Amino acid sequence: MANKVLMKGNEAIAEAAMIAGCRHYFGYPITPQSELPAYLAKHMPKRNGVFLQAESEVAAINMVYGSGGTGVRVMTSSSSPGISLKQEGISYIACAEVPCLIVNVVRGGPGLGNIAPAQCDYFQAVKGGGHGDYKLVVLSPSSVQEMADFTVLAFDLADKYRTPVMLLSDGYLGQMMEPVEMPDASNIKKYDKPWATTGAVGRHQNLISSIHLVPEDMEKHIHHLYEKYAEIEKNELIYEEYQCADAEYVMVAYGITARICKTACVMAREQGIKLGLLRPKTLWPFPKQPLAKLAGSKNVKGFIAVELSTGQMIEDVKLSVNGVKPVEFFGRTGGVVPSPNEVLLNVKKLFSLK
Amino acid sequence: MNDKEKLLEEVKTMKKVASRPKCLTDRVFHYCPGCTHGVVHRLVAETIDELGIQEKTIGVAPVGCSVFAYWYFDTDFSQAAHGRAPAVATGIKRSVPGSVVFTYQGDGDLAAIGTAEIIHAANRGEKITVIFINNAIYGMTGGQMAPTSLINQKTQTSPYGRDSETMGYPIRVSEMLSGLEGVKYLSRVAVDTPANIIKAKAAIKKAFETQLTGTGFSMVEVLSICPTDWGLNVADSKKWLKENMIPYYPLQEFKAPKAEEAKGGE
Repeated sequence: MANKVLMKGNEAIAEAAMIAGCRHYFGYPITPQSELPAYLAKHMPKRNGVFLQAESEVAAINMVYGSGGTGVRVMTSSSSPGISLKQEGISYIACAEVPCLIVNVVRGGPGLGNIAPAQCDYFQAVKGGGHGDYKLVVLSPSSVQEMADFTVLAFDLADKYRTPVMLLSDGYLGQMMEPVEMPDASNIKKYDKPWATTGAVGRHQNLISSIHLVPEDMEKHIHHLYEKYAEIEKNELIYEEYQCADAEYVMVAYGITARICKTACVMAREQGIKLGLLRPKTLWPFPKQPLAKLAGSKNVKGFIAVELSTGQMIEDVKLSVNGVKPVEFFGRTGGVVPSPNEVLLNVKKLFSLK
Repeated sequence: MNDKEKLLEEVKTMKKVASRPKCLTDRVFHYCPGCTHGVVHRLVAETIDELGIQEKTIGVAPVGCSVFAYWYFDTDFSQAAHGRAPAVATGIKRSVPGSVVFTYQGDGDLAAIGTAEIIHAANRGEKITVIFINNAIYGMTGGQMAPTSLINQKTQTSPYGRDSETMGYPIRVSEMLSGLEGVKYLSRVAVDTPANIIKAKAAIKKAFETQLTGTGFSMVEVLSICPTDWGLNVADSKKWLKENMIPYYPLQEFKAPKAEEAKGGE
């Protein structure tokens, strides 16, 4: 393994963003994502980049709107309460089709909550978050390596589809250190952006806007967005199946929780329980067909959504399984993270296994 | 030769002294009769033409009556959320440093919901130009009280007149921003008379020129009329502006670059 370095997840995102060609960052301080802006504040100037600490999350996301509209690769990062503040801007960005990366290092909520790891912003991330009919592409890393890899992927998808992409991480992944191999800068794709507001040299106006006053025009634009989303669903779904081939019980978990569930799978097998794991790497698009396929398999007796929330992703699991097999839930919330043993004990209890 | 033919012949010999600015599109303004947005649009467009910066100008439209400002300027444009134009402009200018970026905002947009954005863009000395239309009322939403509405002014949401006891005082934005180091050009003008329009044009041009020197933030506050929501005809609106707004919002140049600074190019 060439050039592995030990890094925090938050720093891995920052370094990978610069490798992806991002030279514009706008953000506002919040825990537990602080290492990310600190890293960029230190390294952006050395690479002729812009690091700007805004007066608020609201201002930061609107700077991203302006900056992304000029065609440069741009990002912001925050944590749950800060992401709530950015939602108005994210809605505008989605409507105006401004490519950008939004990182959410999720913490316990609602309200001011705490700064411990959580997955309680799933609904906000995948169901819209802001006002209106739109979607975000939502990527869910479960290691420091994926924090880096998915950052590069996020910028690529944002440009490819001219759409905002969210990296939905958590306080655990942001803070933990793991060896990581940085992505190769020579593999970064560049996209033409003839729509960008760079000054109308030899052409008429380019416009970045989200207003469509005539209802029929608005409807047409929303349909355009949803045609794009259909393409993304068709082409960009990624997920991992772990010990699913002969599994009788399948856990569905993402992010740090999927790591815990993997260990629970190994422990279960030692006890003769055929436990598998389906891990969405994209939360939107969601692995609907792979889950439906597993639901149709003779081996599978049931599913368990495992989340650091009171149960949000489980709704998408249920929609995918569509009543074919039972779907149970186990989760801890408010910043509490279960151990693999606790997960396994609850799987056994839910399905009355010995 | 009939009269019409005679007139057409005469026209050929006439000297053209004024025409539509090059960067103003051939589209009829959607503004109400008597509204001064059209006048200010023209002053901005003339400035862009005179400075030869059409190809590098990027405008930011607000939320308010001038939400469609981009219909009228043949320059690149971004349409911002309510109050966020200075943040959007910051993002644009920091990404295309060679561009000339201006925002065009009303008093609700800039002095209420966008207070944080305008103060911090000014304080950072963002190299942008802000055209701030102060007509002491929310226009597009139908005449609600603005932060700049005057004491005793009757609006839809202050039907008994603005009472300082419960609604606070009209904000003097320019006075507030004048203390910030990042602000390099700052002026308050009015567009109620031809003489004041000429002064307004000079101020707008100075503001754009300040941006071109790359020294910092520039803003022109333009006292404007809103006959529709003031419930006055145009002549009475101009009178009202003169007799009520100017005494509270005195016309003055708060800040201007020193002569030697103004000469420096980009």
